[in-house]
Amino acid sequence: MNKEITELIRSKLSGFQIEYTDVNGTPAIYIPEKDILAVCEILKNDESLKYNSMVDAVSVDRFEKKNRFEMIYNLLSIDNNRRLFIKIKLDSKKPEMESLSGIWGSANWYEREAYDMMGIHFRNHPDLRRMYMPEEFEYHPLRKDFPLMGIPDSIPLPNK
Amino acid sequence: MPHTVYNDLQKSDTKIKKTKILEALESENLSVQFSDALDNEMVLNMGPQHPATHGVLRLLISLDGETIMKCIPELGYLHRGYEKLSEACTYHEFIPHTDRLDYLSPMANNVAYALAVEKLIDLEIPERGKYIRVIIAELARIQSHLLAVGALLMDVGAVTPFLWAIREREKILDLYDVICGARFTTSYTRIGGVAQDVSDEALAGIKNFIDEFEANLGDMRALVERNKIFIIRCENIGYLSKEDCIDLGLTGPLLRACGIERDLRRSEPYLVYDKLDFNVPVYTESDCLARYYVRVDELKESVKILKQCVEKIPSGSHNALQSKKVLPQKERIYTKMEELIHDFMIINFGVNPPVRESYAAIEASKGELGFYMISDGSGHPFRMKIRSPSFSNLQALAPMMKGCLISDTVVIIGSVDPVMGEADK
Repeated sequence: MNKEITELIRSKLSGFQIEYTDVNGTPAIYIPEKDILAVCEILKNDESLKYNSMVDAVSVDRFEKKNRFEMIYNLLSIDNNRRLFIKIKLDSKKPEMESLSGIWGSANWYEREAYDMMGIHFRNHPDLRRMYMPEEFEYHPLRKDFPLMGIPDSIPLPNK
Repeated sequence: MPHTVYNDLQKSDTKIKKTKILEALESENLSVQFSDALDNEMVLNMGPQHPATHGVLRLLISLDGETIMKCIPELGYLHRGYEKLSEACTYHEFIPHTDRLDYLSPMANNVAYALAVEKLIDLEIPERGKYIRVIIAELARIQSHLLAVGALLMDVGAVTPFLWAIREREKILDLYDVICGARFTTSYTRIGGVAQDVSDEALAGIKNFIDEFEANLGDMRALVERNKIFIIRCENIGYLSKEDCIDLGLTGPLLRACGIERDLRRSEPYLVYDKLDFNVPVYTESDCLARYYVRVDELKESVKILKQCVEKIPSGSHNALQSKKVLPQKERIYTKMEELIHDFMIINFGVNPPVRESYAAIEASKGELGFYMISDGSGHPFRMKIRSPSFSNLQALAPMMKGCLISDTVVIIGSVDPVMGEADK
């Protein structure tokens, strides 16, 4: 079952440099950052694939020298009842990628969350504000170098 | 250096500027022509301390008269950083934290988390454990939907059905007390099973509850469903097209109210749902009334599932027999050396999953509740992402509200049924 889907995706995306893998039984693909929009257009609009909904986005800090950050999007094809994880490796110094909110509307908040928690910048995002933390906050708490206990005085308290 | 001077200037400039949220509210052209001098636009702040927002949701609404032009939800008032905390907990230690995600149906969260960890470590639990989990997950669904429906009705002005719903909900909390010893923060599941077996007394209690429940639910429905005020306030309010629902990644009752039959219990069966007989209620109107009916119909289906489970539940062990992964029984820890060692190892070092990634989700009362886990082989998750249904569903709030009246906001929030503990994580 999984192999068939992987083969199907492989035939549709033959023009791109894509690495095929899986997430504990669910197909997953690594997409180079520069091709992301073109590949996602195909994944969403192709009749046999039709990944029309994005239900989650995970930002990961691998804490490695090269390609420290990673975005994992959880795509769902409601018609075919299939899932696909797409993964994008991002730069360590300046994690930045094209926003997918133009393709799947739900990416808007998921990317805001990733920006807030992990400090990944999304180009052409309509409304890149922090999701949970206050606007004045300077850090990105889910990064591995952010201490669990927090940083003292990082959130200014209101004056009494 | 001119460069730094420019930077400094910019910094001081931002302090004078308005806050970013107000900027975002004013960013789009509101496409309203103010021809009349009396026409004007007003920004209204609703919440986070507002009884109708069901928690600490804050909305910024720009109004033209009584019509909502734009709405921006603001989250984060209940952000406790559970994803960061999880990286410092062992897999067992995180179970009590899952109670506090969707605090209106803690049992469902326990089940979702335990299933996600079990998928990560490849553990299959015995039939009895699976049935117990289905029972508690369905009780959690009834518990959550009763509050959702009751609160929606109270928001449109009907107080009696709310009290009647709470009365039924109270019985479920009492059942939890018998099953696991706590009413709210249950922490009942363990990796590889549940904390303790359900007693015959608890099963009899569940049977009693479902026998009475349908009649009581019928009484509650009879109060409102032919009530003109209720129908007028809910019908065609908060409409969202099918395409938008898919595009915004909605799940749960909101998706089923727009005509899509998607229920993870059916489409990606887990536990024993493939052996049980139940329907997935679907409505096509995609308004507040349809969402109300989806929830009420799901209550009936949950009762149907509970009935089958209470009859079919097999005897046997409720925990998997895998001493390196599953906590041993308490009485054996105090009498047997082997179990004492395993207990010590699991508590202190945790279950060590292989280096891999895994995603597992269940159909919680509000939609798809999933956990994406990345393991580096140690006892703690390297990264755990909680896919909370309330967070995704709240994203649909703004498009639903566009063009509605200010008095409809409470109905729309009630029909989305967000729980901020889950949305803020």
